[in-house]
Amino acid sequence: MADKLRTLQNLEAMQARYVGTGHADTTKYEWVSNIVRDSYASYIGHPPMLSYMAVGMGEPREKVRAMMIEKMVRGAGNPPETQE
Amino acid sequence: MATTSHMFMYSLTIQPPTAVTQAILGQFAGTKEQQIVTASGSKLTIHRPDPTQGKVTPLFSQDVFGIIRSLSAFRLAGSNKDYIIIGSDSGRITVIEYVPSQNRFSRIHLETFGKSGVRRVIPGQYLAVDPKGRACLIASVEKNKLVYVLNRNSQAELTISSPLEAHKPQTLVFAMTALDVGYENPIFAALEVDYSESDQDPTGQAFEEVEKLLVYYELDLGLNHVVRKWVDPVDRTSTMLFQVPGGADGPSGVLVCAEDSVTYRHSNQDAFRVPIPRRKGPTENPERKRYITAGVMHKMRGAFFFLLQTEDGDLFKLTIDMVEDDNGQLTGEVKRLKIKYFDTVPVASSLLILKSGFLYVASEAGNHDFYQFEKLGDDDEEIEFSSESFSADPSVPLEPVYFQPRSSENLNLVETINSLNPLIDSKIANLSEEDAPQIYTISGAGARSTFRTLKHGLEVSEIVDSELPSVPSAVWTTKLTRGDEFDAYIILSFANGTLVLSIGETVEEVTDTGFLSSAPTLAVQQLGEDSLIQIHPRGIRHIMVDRRVNEWPAPQHRSIVAAATNERQVAVALSSGEIVYFEMDSDGTLAEYDERRQMSGTVTCLSLGEVSEGRVRSAFLAVGCDDSTVRILSLDPDSTLENKSVQALTAAPSALNIMSMSDSSSGGTTLYLHIGLYSGVYLRTVLDEVTGELSDTRTRFLGSKPVKLFQVSVKGQTAVLALSSRPWLGYSDIQTKGFMLTPLDYVPLEWGWNFSSEQCVEGMVGIQGQNLRIFSIEKLDNNMLQQSIPLSYTPRRFLKHPEQPLFYIIESDNNVLSPSTRAKLLEDSKARTGDETVLPPEEFGYPRASGHWASCIQVVDPVHAKAVVSTIELEENEAAVSIAAVPFASQDDETFLVVGTAKDMAVNPLSSAGGYIHIYRFQEDGRELEFIHKTKVEDPPLALLGFQGRLVAGIGSLLRIYDLGMKQLLRKCHAQVVPKTIVGLQTQGSRIVVSDVRESVTYVVYKYQENVLIPFVDDSVSRWTTSTAMVDYETVAGGDKFGNIWLLRCPKKISEQADEDGSGAHLIHERGYLHGTPNRLELMIHVYTQDIPTSLHKTQLVAGGRDILVWSGFQGTIGMLVPFIGREDVDFFQNLEMQLAAQNPPLAGRDHLIYRSYYAPVKGVIDGDLCETYFLLSNDTKMMIAAELDRSVREIERKISDMRTRVAY
Repeated sequence: MADKLRTLQNLEAMQARYVGTGHADTTKYEWVSNIVRDSYASYIGHPPMLSYMAVGMGEPREKVRAMMIEKMVRGAGNPPETQE
Repeated sequence: MATTSHMFMYSLTIQPPTAVTQAILGQFAGTKEQQIVTASGSKLTIHRPDPTQGKVTPLFSQDVFGIIRSLSAFRLAGSNKDYIIIGSDSGRITVIEYVPSQNRFSRIHLETFGKSGVRRVIPGQYLAVDPKGRACLIASVEKNKLVYVLNRNSQAELTISSPLEAHKPQTLVFAMTALDVGYENPIFAALEVDYSESDQDPTGQAFEEVEKLLVYYELDLGLNHVVRKWVDPVDRTSTMLFQVPGGADGPSGVLVCAEDSVTYRHSNQDAFRVPIPRRKGPTENPERKRYITAGVMHKMRGAFFFLLQTEDGDLFKLTIDMVEDDNGQLTGEVKRLKIKYFDTVPVASSLLILKSGFLYVASEAGNHDFYQFEKLGDDDEEIEFSSESFSADPSVPLEPVYFQPRSSENLNLVETINSLNPLIDSKIANLSEEDAPQIYTISGAGARSTFRTLKHGLEVSEIVDSELPSVPSAVWTTKLTRGDEFDAYIILSFANGTLVLSIGETVEEVTDTGFLSSAPTLAVQQLGEDSLIQIHPRGIRHIMVDRRVNEWPAPQHRSIVAAATNERQVAVALSSGEIVYFEMDSDGTLAEYDERRQMSGTVTCLSLGEVSEGRVRSAFLAVGCDDSTVRILSLDPDSTLENKSVQALTAAPSALNIMSMSDSSSGGTTLYLHIGLYSGVYLRTVLDEVTGELSDTRTRFLGSKPVKLFQVSVKGQTAVLALSSRPWLGYSDIQTKGFMLTPLDYVPLEWGWNFSSEQCVEGMVGIQGQNLRIFSIEKLDNNMLQQSIPLSYTPRRFLKHPEQPLFYIIESDNNVLSPSTRAKLLEDSKARTGDETVLPPEEFGYPRASGHWASCIQVVDPVHAKAVVSTIELEENEAAVSIAAVPFASQDDETFLVVGTAKDMAVNPLSSAGGYIHIYRFQEDGRELEFIHKTKVEDPPLALLGFQGRLVAGIGSLLRIYDLGMKQLLRKCHAQVVPKTIVGLQTQGSRIVVSDVRESVTYVVYKYQENVLIPFVDDSVSRWTTSTAMVDYETVAGGDKFGNIWLLRCPKKISEQADEDGSGAHLIHERGYLHGTPNRLELMIHVYTQDIPTSLHKTQLVAGGRDILVWSGFQGTIGMLVPFIGREDVDFFQNLEMQLAAQNPPLAGRDHLIYRSYYAPVKGVIDGDLCETYFLLSNDTKMMIAAELDRSVREIERKISDMRTRVAY
């Protein structure tokens, strides 16, 4: 029992520390939102990739960067209606 | 599979990336002088801007084997040296310094704070340092912020605290900067958005109402604690922050840059807002709002200003006026913001203002520029917009303001630094018929795009080129006395005489020099204090200072065939094979050594080394004989002319030169014997200064003619000029001290010699045919020459004409008005207002409008015309996406140019109104294109290829074969072969390798009889393919968008099965495996390069080199992969890699192996860039590694440099 509790605590610590760590009840919306945000963070963080996309879009890098963080705000769109 | 049977390749960068991610300025050397540090890819480079010459020269460059994401300079109070903080992908904060005495970067601190890699919540993206150098904040895009306190200990060493957390979950950071607060508690400002509510609200209401906040984080130095001190909403579109000077210099606070506005904000001040002026002009959309994309603040003598750049490249000068009190003293309270147009420069990733009055622009695309300030735009006629006329409330819309762009008034371009970024495609071909092929590239973006020819070579600046009365055979220069600084005579030898020219104000013939003019000359030397000698076939003429001549005649029936001299010794070889040796006496006369040495064959060449400082003679004489040997004879008085060592050669030696040069292995100088052979091969061996033993021979093929060697002096170092069918220079690399042999970009020379005069201190004189040429070499740090031809729009793909030396480039620019729309708008405006000013697009860019495309096809002749020879603009919002030259069997194998276009394409998310395939006929040997017809297709044809006399096109996920008809293309066969979108095609035989935008490659076989396309093998990993090249029939090399290079191979059996005769029914009916084809490709090699590969070629780079894989990267990298032949070398390099990674871990704290295995474990690749860092190590470390590997330092260095020089530069 104690083991189980510790595992749970460890998991909770992980979830607090590393955004996006899943759990048994992760919904599709949460999962997709995390994927979307992780992807954009990665595009911004890799300079060649950001330039690559900027040249593709015909926009300056800084504008593309801001646009991508803006998309991170949105994530995967509106969350689904919760059923009570 | 056993590792022993695996394939290995050596990955090496030929040219490092030139894109600058970020540039910072500081006094990194600890002197008053400012240096620029740039991050490009994984390279950290320190540059020295030279204010007197207006040049920027790189001092040192280091590969950190990690992704550099942010850089920041800081200085501890009271210190005069700036340190550098690197935010990278290592999950660690790195503090380094530049050590000028060693010309190296040295790491001071490395603190781990999180996981490695570029992740959403691992800090590294943003880096802000308190202006007083007391603390720094390193943050991630989401949530995490860590504050480190920087301080110094009693030994005045920099210390760094453990991190203080300022995390806020579910919060995104757009920008971050440190506030200038003087010596109060450090404050950092961030632009944040909290998305927690928006994530909970299914109606989308919360998302609509999300606010962007300006947040101040204060580090309480007393409590050692970070607090969120002040939060205030700002304009929702804000993206950038700039620090405003504080303390005694200004009001403190930040500038918040948003769409269409710049706002001044501070916790204890009112807000002030100015709009960003928009361009006036007939082709400009007056509704288009601008963003600030870059900027810089500059402080000087109590005043400060900002230069802010918009996405058009326009720079605006922003100043802040402060309220004055009754005594006229500034109070620190802001009165107004003023903004006005300054100048236009290329869109920058970083702007730096140097104290010496220069502006460094690290361009986002194309060359980096270095400008000098002419003035600061203080008293000009530009309209200034003040915040007093505008409301500071972000919800109140701003009245737009306009300005008229004009050519530069305040900035003067003094230097451009070549940059290939973004390098979009390349081809390797030998069009100018030189020994080695050239690299042709298309790079840049928008109107700053270029087509460039890259050639291996050193730039030569010619000083004199004059024709002589007849063809000379040799030329020398000489001083008159030992103490002379410059040369006095040029001596030319002809078939039947000798001509002496004196060097002065003018160069003219002199006759009373004592030189024998009726015979050709073999050698000239300034001897002893003040005499000269001339060696001619009949004897030696010793000319004293008073013009007295002592003649030593050659023995009867024998003549002199070769001679070697230095300032104290002379050796001549007679036609009989005897060597006569002379040495200068104390009284200045030449004394013959009483014995002559008989050689086994005819002597072809001789060399005496220079008399080194403090010695009376050179200890060795090198003798080359026509029996293909070189012998080293001793000149020691005890063993004069005795054999010391022998070296056997592959051909008779044509030239010898003993020379001491600086050497990376020993750290000092080493005596080398350079040998040139009649076969055009050049050898360099180390000559032991004590024993005369020859060791460590390195060979290089120079050209088809016998090699001649001359000692010259370039940039203060001794270098060897080697002449064959083209001239080469052997010198030590400036950074590594390793030996480099680079061709000169110059005419082939028959003879060369050192030349030094008042006008040209370090020059060379040479003979080419009947011409005498004097030239010099100014730069040794760049051995890739670039020639560029400007293009109209961002190039997308290109190809070479099948026969002619012409290139066809497709170009397109998104959100740019097409020329016809521009012309129409101009026409309208002319009719309305008479305004028809057109700004040159190279400086100002094209007028922009969303949804529009400007696109064209250009024909470039890089060899003769060196220009664009014709242009075809595409109409109706079509953008060219692919190009191919296809011979159609149905048209008697006539080759047509096929161009694929997309109509009304939108990039994000990708959509289009279909595509077209245009057919053009080559006219006038391909210099003109004639439009034949176009065929509509449902999706943009992103890949085209000629295939068995027909056209194969990738349209969406369909592969289709077309034949050429009279009115349009005729569909012959099609199949769906990949899951998503075809982006590339390669072919050999009846096999087509299809690359998918995100599903790696699929091999397709075409069965001619049945007219079917059958995919038979694909990949198990989804790779976002950018480019591929077939290495052989089974193997394909490719690169992906994440920066990996890989090699995939189809198993032999499956490959054979696919080509079996018959209907291919067995392939069609074979059951697919996991929703793919029945078979899978095998991964042969895999490596992470960071830069995105944009093209791959299997080719040779040097004459006589092996086939290698050359790739070009998006940021301007050119790299290569060289296959290993033997297992032995692989073992050696693997061990070396291991040692280097352990003894010299990467600077930014990234583990080398993990870095190269970023997305998938590195497989079958030795990192040559890591191996080459061996040259940069200190001698102790070199020896330690050498001992571990059980080899000598010299041996290791030789192995490393051989890997490069055998196949490339």
